[in-house]
Amino acid sequence: MNGALISCRELYKTYGMQPALRGVNLEVGPGRIVGLLGPNGSGKTTLIKLLCGLLQPTTGSLAVAGRSIGPDTKAEVSYLPDRMYFADWMRVRDLFDLFHDFYTDFNYEKVVAMCRSLGVEPQDRLKPMSKGTKEKVQLVLAMARAARLYLLDEPIAGVDPAARDFILRTILTNYNEEGTVLISTHLISDVEKVLDEAIFLKEGKIMLHATVDEIREKEGRSIDALFREIFRADPLFGGEGGGL
Amino acid sequence: MDWKLDSGLPIWPQLTQQLKRRIVTGIYPPGSRLPSVRELAAEAGVNPNTMQRALVQLEQEGLARADRTAGRQVTQNGEVLKAVRLREAESVIRDYFEAMSALGWSRERAVELLLERIKEEF
Repeated sequence: MNGALISCRELYKTYGMQPALRGVNLEVGPGRIVGLLGPNGSGKTTLIKLLCGLLQPTTGSLAVAGRSIGPDTKAEVSYLPDRMYFADWMRVRDLFDLFHDFYTDFNYEKVVAMCRSLGVEPQDRLKPMSKGTKEKVQLVLAMARAARLYLLDEPIAGVDPAARDFILRTILTNYNEEGTVLISTHLISDVEKVLDEAIFLKEGKIMLHATVDEIREKEGRSIDALFREIFRADPLFGGEGGGL
Repeated sequence: MDWKLDSGLPIWPQLTQQLKRRIVTGIYPPGSRLPSVRELAAEAGVNPNTMQRALVQLEQEGLARADRTAGRQVTQNGEVLKAVRLREAESVIRDYFEAMSALGWSRERAVELLLERIKEEF
């Protein structure tokens, strides 16, 4: 039996003629916090969307906890999209109810307490909230599930450093200990302390997958410094947009 | 006391180092219970597995003992604590000499300067 929580084999995804993933092979075990690191357009969001079943692979296979993507895996995967998905007319309580209806592993009391620590009450409206607060609420919703796999797409982009700290601490103190957290980001210096492992994605391929301490030991520098070197002076990515 | 992590080095040995500092400076007194892995990890903003590794190292060096019921306890062994305090002092001295040498002071001159300073203070 394979004990991996995530396993991808020769995974390809193309959008029309545009390749997004070009042969990804990946295994991630349980109980890990893993950084999915790469510049815009490297395929981070595509990989995450494949894992949560929003996209189908072009070729290759992938599995979560040994099962192919479907209702079974979706029940155990908590996904935080890289954009806002709230409807403006909603109150915070409506979101709680929505999650409560959808996911059996959603902890209602926990989410209320977590939002309260943000100064957000269940009866508050979403519309007047700042972008940072909305992002924090969205994260809190994702972390209030006792999932086996958390897929967090850019959870700290676009918020101030204090909010980043809040978000990272929320992840650290709330993830299910047997669960794995996959965090995609290009803000590496902010996340590297919380990671067990780092995956470097470049042009749709994995170019490095190792533990953070292994990398620091071998390279004698931070993941951030290594990332900057690997992805610097790469004209292909100079002005290319992401959004895959 | 804040957790300070140098970006170019592996994280867990730095955590072990700072836990030791906290023990010898009495933030975690002899015989006291250490906070849980999760608490410490959240406080330092690091991964719990990394903190766990740092704590295991602390146990291996005899500074803490895993207790089946009460988490981890700081050792009460005076000899062990004394040895760590001495090693910590040596590392402070080493840092002093290194910093002085970077400023162009020889070891001898650095010691003299220190002695002069002490005389001034009394």
